[in-house]
Amino acid sequence: MSCAAAPLMTPLAARLARVDKETHDTFTLTLERADGQPLAGFAPGQFSMLYVYGVGELPISISGDPNDPGRLVYTVRSVGRATHALVNRRPGEAVGVRGPFGRPWPLEAARGKDVLVVAGGIGLAPLRPVILEVLRRRDDFVRLIVLYGARSPKDLLFRKQLAGWARQPDTQVLTTVDYGGTSWRGHVGVVTTLFRQLRLHPAQTVAYVCGPEMMMRFVVRQLESRGVPGSEIFLSMERNMKCAVGSCGHCQLGPYFVCKDGPVFSYDRLRPWMERHEL
Amino acid sequence: MDTKSLYEVLREHPFLEGFKPPHIQKMAELAHEVQFTRDQVVFREGDECGMFYLILEGKVALEVSAPGRIMRITTLAAGDELGWSSLLMEDRKHFQARTLEPVRALAFDAARLRQTCEQDHGFGYLLMRALLRVVSGRLQDTRMQLLDLYAPRGVKLI
Amino acid sequence: MDPIPLSVGVPVVMELPGLAQLVASLGDRGYEVIGPTLRDGAVVLDLIERVEDLPAGWTDRQEPGRCYLERRDDGAVFGFGPGPQSWKRFLHPPDIQLCELARDGDSFKVLSAPPAAVRRAFVGVRACDLAAIRIQDRVLLEDRYVDGVYAERRRNVFIVAVNCTRASATCFCTSMDGGPRLQGAFDLALTELAGPEGHRFVVEAGSEAGAEVLSSIGHREARPEELAQAASLIDATAGQLTRSLDTTDLRRLLMGNLEHPEWDLVAARCLSCGNCTMVCPTCFCTTVEDTSDVAGARAQRQRKWDSCFTESFSYIHGGSVRLSVKSRYRQWLTHKLASWVDQFGTFGCVGCGRCITWCPAAIDITAEVAAIRGG
Repeated sequence: MSCAAAPLMTPLAARLARVDKETHDTFTLTLERADGQPLAGFAPGQFSMLYVYGVGELPISISGDPNDPGRLVYTVRSVGRATHALVNRRPGEAVGVRGPFGRPWPLEAARGKDVLVVAGGIGLAPLRPVILEVLRRRDDFVRLIVLYGARSPKDLLFRKQLAGWARQPDTQVLTTVDYGGTSWRGHVGVVTTLFRQLRLHPAQTVAYVCGPEMMMRFVVRQLESRGVPGSEIFLSMERNMKCAVGSCGHCQLGPYFVCKDGPVFSYDRLRPWMERHEL
Repeated sequence: MDTKSLYEVLREHPFLEGFKPPHIQKMAELAHEVQFTRDQVVFREGDECGMFYLILEGKVALEVSAPGRIMRITTLAAGDELGWSSLLMEDRKHFQARTLEPVRALAFDAARLRQTCEQDHGFGYLLMRALLRVVSGRLQDTRMQLLDLYAPRGVKLI
Repeated sequence: MDPIPLSVGVPVVMELPGLAQLVASLGDRGYEVIGPTLRDGAVVLDLIERVEDLPAGWTDRQEPGRCYLERRDDGAVFGFGPGPQSWKRFLHPPDIQLCELARDGDSFKVLSAPPAAVRRAFVGVRACDLAAIRIQDRVLLEDRYVDGVYAERRRNVFIVAVNCTRASATCFCTSMDGGPRLQGAFDLALTELAGPEGHRFVVEAGSEAGAEVLSSIGHREARPEELAQAASLIDATAGQLTRSLDTTDLRRLLMGNLEHPEWDLVAARCLSCGNCTMVCPTCFCTTVEDTSDVAGARAQRQRKWDSCFTESFSYIHGGSVRLSVKSRYRQWLTHKLASWVDQFGTFGCVGCGRCITWCPAAIDITAEVAAIRGG
């Protein structure tokens, strides 16, 4: 039964099918409907509001395969009370879902072009669905380049998948860490240092960027200095959200509601607002 | 490699962006090709600053050692330079450079490069400008690394 | 009095006793009548059971940070300005349960919906209030998602609007196209004429429902001089306004001056108490609190008013985006007078002046805009 006057704000009880540990603090949750029906489909870049009974709700990007019917997958980093409660649900328990919400990564903009995916930290999670979609519709795009930076080797997500993507034709995957530790033999340095290893065709490139806001700003600067126009650079933004349907007012960024005008924005739209202190 | 092919290679290297043909020629005359195998130390912490390199192929790690462990600061690759501090008459190397895979590079005797700068200030200006560009990029990258952008900043759970 | 056929939009006149009949008639039709009452030295919107509950013979003196109630000698029933509350507390409630949930094995089930809306009649809705309701309709009903709670309450409301016949010192409705003349949908509109010739109201039905209620109350044909008097009172009210807000190119002015020194000056005075957002008839921000009982048998989702002035309003992992009072005041003002235009096509402000009167630091929104304009 759903609330007649507040259906938008009522969580649907979904069943937590499995919890996979990705790193020491990051877990992937797979949700299914308790009655076996498929959960609502989603477009890459969209998010859900996940509800932990009696505790609270969080906006979490969907990180799974958009072509896997019936399942909704989320990769969550445990950083506070609510995320901690979420990742500690046991398989079989219910997790409330509302959504999906938001504007997705605009894949049509990248047709016939190179897709450049730049991910920082947990930012790889909202980008995984668009990578999977590009791989599924491979002929619609030219090259796929994935640049991924994490804090340290033990924070890298989806390592097996990254290796698998790297083996695909016309696909380049470059990974780096800020702190290499002693046994890491890969690249060390912030994710922008990977740009030097690329041969970009800026007029033929569409970039999808997700990570901490500061990281995204540095990446955008690199992209623009290499000639990728702001209209072809897309970011996924994050703000405080209580409703996800544009009425609680918390997620405003300049004139935009991140929940319904975003979370994906072209940099051209964000430019006047992003560099403002405390906007 | 003969001077002519060194010229061609240097013309393409990002470090020399903005250099005019006469200056590229000067660099070509001062360069010689070197090769390193995997896991070879290019210079150690404390070494006198002798050589400046432009990497053509392969990866090099900049590292510093602490008791019981070696910490990697950053990774350099084709298109990067290595050993910029030699150009400024620094006393000794602060870090160790070790190849991660077979590396091909162009090496320059730093003392001769400095001398050329003294004799030809026009060339010297371009070299220092290129160096400034490189060092500023490194500073930016290092600052970003220091920001520790991916660190969790939420409430700490006991 | 002879009942005359009523059409929507044709004004008639009702003598003072008609007001009591109106209250009774609305009650008979199952409406809970809400109107201005006097309590704790202020005009408070509350249940009107008898016409005597209305504050006849009272007026107010409003200025930045102050509101005094004073007696008036003509017994006017609606002779005061906007009070600290607006009708939004009934349409967009300050505290409402969205749903209650219960544990169901490893899962949970939804037990209940928000409480059903009561049919209400709002008596005393001023032009600025009506404009504010129109603005909230745009935000909560006409955007991509419909707010179900607001929609149900809005459907069940009967509006008795009143034209203002005097202005408070903090009003600036003419600048914001919010008055003084009533614009928008109402069921009945009253213009009070209280003087030596008698105490009566020019009444106009704005809807079939309004005409139906009006037909049950004693009324007579309006005399031309009464209509003229009503019109001139409203015009005179417009002339009484002492404050104005220049809206010329306002959106560009504010968004182009995000680092203007005035923001620091006002921030030094602002307590970020959020009074302005609570008294403002268009502010709509809310938060959701999730609770459960100790055993976890029941959980509740409660929606409450929230304010962009709170430090936690913009909190995300790592901290609040708007940590300083300056950034929060700037957010409120630029939302109300600039980005609201991008979002909903109009300003969010109706010029009611409540934020000026009820600010403990006496901050005046019209003065702030003038300062940024460079006055």
